[in-house]
Amino acid sequence: MIALIDYKAGNLTSVRKAFAALGAELFTPERPGELDSADAIVVPGVGHFGATRALGPDWIEAILGRVGELRPLLGICLGMQWLFEGSEEAPDLPGLGLLSGQCYKLRGAPHGVNEAVKIPHVGWNSLEIQREGSIVDGVANGAQVYFTHSFVAPVTGDTVAITTHGEPFASIVQRGHVAGVQFHPEKSGDVGLQVLRNFLSMVG
Amino acid sequence: MLSKRIIACLDVRDGQVVKGINFEGLRAAGDPAELARRYNAEGVDELVILDITATLERRRALADTIRAVARELFIPLAVGGGIRTEADAAAAVDAGADKVSLNTAALSNPSLITTLAERYGSQAVLVAIDAKWEGDRAAVYVRSGSTPGNRDAVEWAKEAEDRGAGEILLTSIDRDGTKIGFDCRLTAAVSRAVSIPVIASGGAGTLDHFVDVFTSGRADAALAASIFHYAETSVRSLKQHLKQHGIPVRL
Repeated sequence: MIALIDYKAGNLTSVRKAFAALGAELFTPERPGELDSADAIVVPGVGHFGATRALGPDWIEAILGRVGELRPLLGICLGMQWLFEGSEEAPDLPGLGLLSGQCYKLRGAPHGVNEAVKIPHVGWNSLEIQREGSIVDGVANGAQVYFTHSFVAPVTGDTVAITTHGEPFASIVQRGHVAGVQFHPEKSGDVGLQVLRNFLSMVG
Repeated sequence: MLSKRIIACLDVRDGQVVKGINFEGLRAAGDPAELARRYNAEGVDELVILDITATLERRRALADTIRAVARELFIPLAVGGGIRTEADAAAAVDAGADKVSLNTAALSNPSLITTLAERYGSQAVLVAIDAKWEGDRAAVYVRSGSTPGNRDAVEWAKEAEDRGAGEILLTSIDRDGTKIGFDCRLTAAVSRAVSIPVIASGGAGTLDHFVDVFTSGRADAALAASIFHYAETSVRSLKQHLKQHGIPVRL
């Protein structure tokens, strides 16, 4: 069973529905202890980094415990940013720290300079694949996916794909069995479903 | 590079798409799920279901319609028309809508924008503005364009952004249904004033109208209904046309 962490950062109907279309049923643990039975964990979420405050030390310990047992973990959007050390959106609040780096706000461009770059970054944009990773199996370089966010994760050695909106940022990350996507795979058509399928293959 | 979005609007009444449909091969001409499937296969970037049901009891069909469309569609889905309360929005979101579109209710009760943005995130809150020119001022109209809202469209768009709206769906009343082109002047005025995306609506008649609204109109997305329903043009051929004109699209 795959655990879908609900920390009240957005509606999870679409994520659940997309996994269901691929034949995977997700359960939503009420308490950290319920993660003991999880074969894999999905951390979704949209909105402010401060929302992850709801995932207190007991949740962090349970999630890191499962990750230590090599259970796959997928972070989506805010859930991906949470995999990092923190975000300037909520400087006092540490992230999970599985990946190194701090998340930051897209700079965009002042009006009159380049009005094409609006923040938030909303819509379909392309993936520029940087290296191989099981999370991008079967995903074509240049494939487009749906984003809606203002903050981003830095481009590091864990970056599998970047996307450019005024500046390049990490749109897909993977380190072993820990993966994250800044876009919404549940809203990104066939490309998004392929990424979710790849995650399910990691679960085995 | 961020693509310009093409959004198809389904006007739904009592669970059926209205505004004539002329697609061949549809099992039921007015079935929203069938039409959504067709648009998705053609590469539409997003769908809007606009509920124009008159009576409250028939409105229950809306949740069923959303559920049917959302079941197999993995692109963003917005729902508007008659969303007046947090409970209306919750019903749409629970049925599978990713975004709700507020129009009259946002103007009469602007705090609803903030309430919904706090509950679901700004990305889930569209504020729909229907506007028409009164001299040099774009005036907001409500109740399906019948009643003056006593607001300036540009000022209202800015306020909606400040209150937490994630996008503006801007309809030109002057152009709606005319097929003479989008109101690029109106769209550009609003798009310059806000940093959130502006979806232009009203007036699409030719492929070049879309080129215009993405260039001089500074639109981030364009919405149309009948130009697609009547199969006058397919979403794919529109996108190919845009690409030929140097406009980034998802093909």
